[in-house]
Amino acid sequence: MIPANFTYHRANSLKEAISLVESLGEEAKFMSGGHSLLPMMKLRFATPEHIVDISKIEGLSFIREEGDLLKIGGLTTQSEMEYSELIRRNYPIFLDAIKLTADPSVRNVGTIGGNIAHGDAANDQPALMLAMRATIIAEGPNGRKSIPIDEFFHGFYMTALEPADVLVEIHVPKAKKGCGGAYYKMERKVGDYATAGVAVYVQLDGNGTCSEAGIGLTNVSAVPMRVDRAEDLLRGKKITPDLIDQAGALAAEDCEPTSDLRGSEAYKRSLVHTLTKRMLNKALERAGQ
Amino acid sequence: MFKCKTSAEVGGMGHSVKRKEDARFLHGKGKYVDDVKLPGMLHMVMVRSPYAYAKITSINKDSALAVPGVLAVITGQDLAQYNLHWMPTLLSDTQMVLPTDTVMHQNQEVCAIIATDRYAAADGADAIEIEYEPMTAIVDPFKALDKDAPLLRPDKEGQKDNHIYHWERGNREKTDAAIAKADVVVTERIYLPRIHVASIETCGCVASYDKDTEKLLVYLTTQAPHAIRTVVALVAGHVGLSEEKIRIISPDIGGGFGGKVPVYPAYVVAIAATFLIGKPVKWIEDRSENLTNGFARDYHMDCTLAASKDGKIQAFKVKTLADHGYTDSSANPSKYPTGMFSICTGSYDYEHAFAELDAVYTNKAPGGVAYRCSFRVTEAVHAIERMVDKLAHKLDMDPAMLRLNNFIKKDQFPYASPLGWSYDSGDYEATLKKAMEMVGYDDFKKEQAEKRKQGKLMGIGICTFTEVVGAGPSKDFDILGIAMFDSAEIRVHPTGKALARFGTKSQGQGHETTYAQILAEELGIPYTDIEIEEGDTDTAPYGLGTYASRSTPTAGAAAAIAARKLRDKGKKIAAYLLEVSEEDIEWEVGKYFVKGAPDKSKTIQDVVFAAYTNIPPGMEPGFEATHYYDPPNLTFPNGAYICVVEIDKETGVIDVKRFVAIDDCGNIINPMIVEGQIHGGLTQGIAPAMYEAIQYDEEGNVLNGTLMDYLVPTAVESPHWETGHTITPSPHHPLGAKGVAESPTVGAPPAIANAIIDALSPLGIQHLDIPISPDKVWEAIQAHS
Repeated sequence: MIPANFTYHRANSLKEAISLVESLGEEAKFMSGGHSLLPMMKLRFATPEHIVDISKIEGLSFIREEGDLLKIGGLTTQSEMEYSELIRRNYPIFLDAIKLTADPSVRNVGTIGGNIAHGDAANDQPALMLAMRATIIAEGPNGRKSIPIDEFFHGFYMTALEPADVLVEIHVPKAKKGCGGAYYKMERKVGDYATAGVAVYVQLDGNGTCSEAGIGLTNVSAVPMRVDRAEDLLRGKKITPDLIDQAGALAAEDCEPTSDLRGSEAYKRSLVHTLTKRMLNKALERAGQ
Repeated sequence: MFKCKTSAEVGGMGHSVKRKEDARFLHGKGKYVDDVKLPGMLHMVMVRSPYAYAKITSINKDSALAVPGVLAVITGQDLAQYNLHWMPTLLSDTQMVLPTDTVMHQNQEVCAIIATDRYAAADGADAIEIEYEPMTAIVDPFKALDKDAPLLRPDKEGQKDNHIYHWERGNREKTDAAIAKADVVVTERIYLPRIHVASIETCGCVASYDKDTEKLLVYLTTQAPHAIRTVVALVAGHVGLSEEKIRIISPDIGGGFGGKVPVYPAYVVAIAATFLIGKPVKWIEDRSENLTNGFARDYHMDCTLAASKDGKIQAFKVKTLADHGYTDSSANPSKYPTGMFSICTGSYDYEHAFAELDAVYTNKAPGGVAYRCSFRVTEAVHAIERMVDKLAHKLDMDPAMLRLNNFIKKDQFPYASPLGWSYDSGDYEATLKKAMEMVGYDDFKKEQAEKRKQGKLMGIGICTFTEVVGAGPSKDFDILGIAMFDSAEIRVHPTGKALARFGTKSQGQGHETTYAQILAEELGIPYTDIEIEEGDTDTAPYGLGTYASRSTPTAGAAAAIAARKLRDKGKKIAAYLLEVSEEDIEWEVGKYFVKGAPDKSKTIQDVVFAAYTNIPPGMEPGFEATHYYDPPNLTFPNGAYICVVEIDKETGVIDVKRFVAIDDCGNIINPMIVEGQIHGGLTQGIAPAMYEAIQYDEEGNVLNGTLMDYLVPTAVESPHWETGHTITPSPHHPLGAKGVAESPTVGAPPAIANAIIDALSPLGIQHLDIPISPDKVWEAIQAHS
């Protein structure tokens, strides 16, 4: 449980962080909260030669509504989200997820940006981002870029971020009348990664028709995934219990779980079915139906 | 209930005084082995095998020695030069300290890296080049007995297969005959899986040999420092370590649960290293090492329970296969290889029983340890309590009623059990009835009937266990021939304050408080005026340590008797001071007085002062006493636990709605500490019932070797524990006390398993092995619908 030797660099500004990693090359890794990276280093699964600590960079920790968007700074900690009045009032889906993520001391340090940028389908935030159709804002040597969430996750621990890109902001739709989201994951014990998790986000128009639906799944595929077929099924319709059950069944069919210590493939598919139904009902309730 | 004889200030038995040791723990000032730093201290890291079974073809030390700070690499070949590469186990088997040619389980110690700091040592362990030739591991204990199974222990003379020993107790023929003619017979194979004790502090040591004084000092995470001293003297005597030159200090210990009874190979390597190098060597185990070395349980039990059709139990039979890993290094101080397993006949009165067990070698970590139970009691109780429930279902009888109909009655004690134990005392009927009343048993039965009509899964589970603790009488127990007594030495200072030392060793049990309370009870000296010390073999009287809930039954009794010796001496002094004859002196807590003239009295403090200042002619000065207590019998705490669960059919999630634990541990010294013990033990009972098992793949790799996947439940997973007591004093213990720490660990798993299986019984599910996790429940539901 002792990592291999590495050199620690503390970046005081975004520019400094980016140029440090650019100059240090491939063996450099950004670290924000470190709660995904450090355990891998302690087990010597990851042996980066350089750690560039971005956690002290100012101006990247915020939660604010602007126009049609909720903007979250990449270095905002899970705890800052958990205790934000705005989040508590208008974005219960985040609270659902954060309360199920690790434990308070990890959440005090772990960041929302890190949870996404790590590119791990077992993390909770990717499913939320998919459900809410987030946009990821990254800054790198060539300036800022917007990456739609559907283009963000490339593979196991692989994302659209280049080595010197820092995830600086997350944009999700601003809460408004008729929208609702919910998240739940089954875990074997508190602080565990999901056996299966489902994030649901719906928007209803004035007469109760579903104008937009998003369903993201946690830890039932190698790469964080959305369930397109279930979303398509719901979109443009008045949602009935029967449709909810069908959406759950599609999610269970489309997910790609493998059998492991958390349960068999069949169990995980069944959980995805059940949780999709339950989260759809909860999201609809929150959307005011 | 127990009535306090002392005032709150004196704080004798029955007072929930706060724990004296907690100030330093709460302030982060406890001193554990890893806090020990000696001048010039070196650090050791063990290199461990990635394979479950492999030949070591080469160990190239050079790459490790090239790491800055790495000073030495110690291999089995190095130790073989001193004949220290093997060590004996308590059960007459042998265990490798370090292998010379073959590794027998994954994560076995292969060699040691010694460096100037632990970071360099870790880099050395990463750098060393070891070549292995993997072989096909035996993981399934049933396959270990196959004719074509490879012989795992060719090193043992005369060993022709992987069978270690056969044990049996009871009458096979009579039991078989009773089963053959019984109206109703239920059978089941019950598996109690390998689990890990998960103490917060892992194991470790700092070994320091002084070449000039020839003294060896070892700070060690051990539950039994004196026994370790003697073992070291016996094992390493041939290299010149002699018992009077060995000092073992067991400082604050962060939980033991049986896992700190064994001698682990790295202890021996550290001692060998300091002996050879002449500098202190520290070894601290990391979490995964702790998790994958040593284990508890791992019993496959084929059980048969027979009864008449009106529900009178007639016979119990159990045939067990025990997986000991590659050596039988059981941390078992009893004279029986299966420890106290023969308590498996339970709390019920019937005549015929037979238990037999065969143990085998496999390519797994060796053991086992007695995880918070007096060795194999958890297995025994699980077997009988599951079978009684299965019988109730078969008879379509209320499991509570079946138990009440079969209990050993209050007036049958002392009760000779079919497998040879003499149960000391109990009132099983009162205990179960109290639990039923507290949980509201009849109402839950009605609610369950309603819920079942609605298709909901609700279960009620009972466990009425009898424990056997307090190792122990020398007829049943010894360590290397040393009887399992324990000791107390009391020194009362002239000012009436005392220092008392014990041969046991607290690992969180609160001895510094409870022993002081026993002495306060017996001497009337306030518990706050009494310092308690344990764990240093140079100062404490010889004792066999703390495990098997033995501290109160043995050292607690020794404390009471030593105190009574002092009281007798005090009586003589009081008579002298009050100028009456000794027969005219009476004692009430804290003072001696003249019969019929209570105002003519001397306090214990007056008397103690006189023992140093105004000594009666001819009397030996001072006020000190020592007692070594060899108990006449074990104590038999018991309890009735009731658990209520609801199960979510869709996800398999188990919601423990209620858990009521009524314990009878005899007279209680500190109710608050007992309450804490029970809460902790119940949580360590829900752990194997629903969460914990060490899992292996077919190649013998541990699949869950970190706390990420080895699921130790937390406060979040724990239900609200509801506790209560009945009190049936132990007739043979000086304080009427029994042990308590292990009862909840033993009693909770079957109560939970019985509740879950009861919930699932409408689907036709009759048994599930623990741990019963949501996915296991879901799979069982699918298989039965």
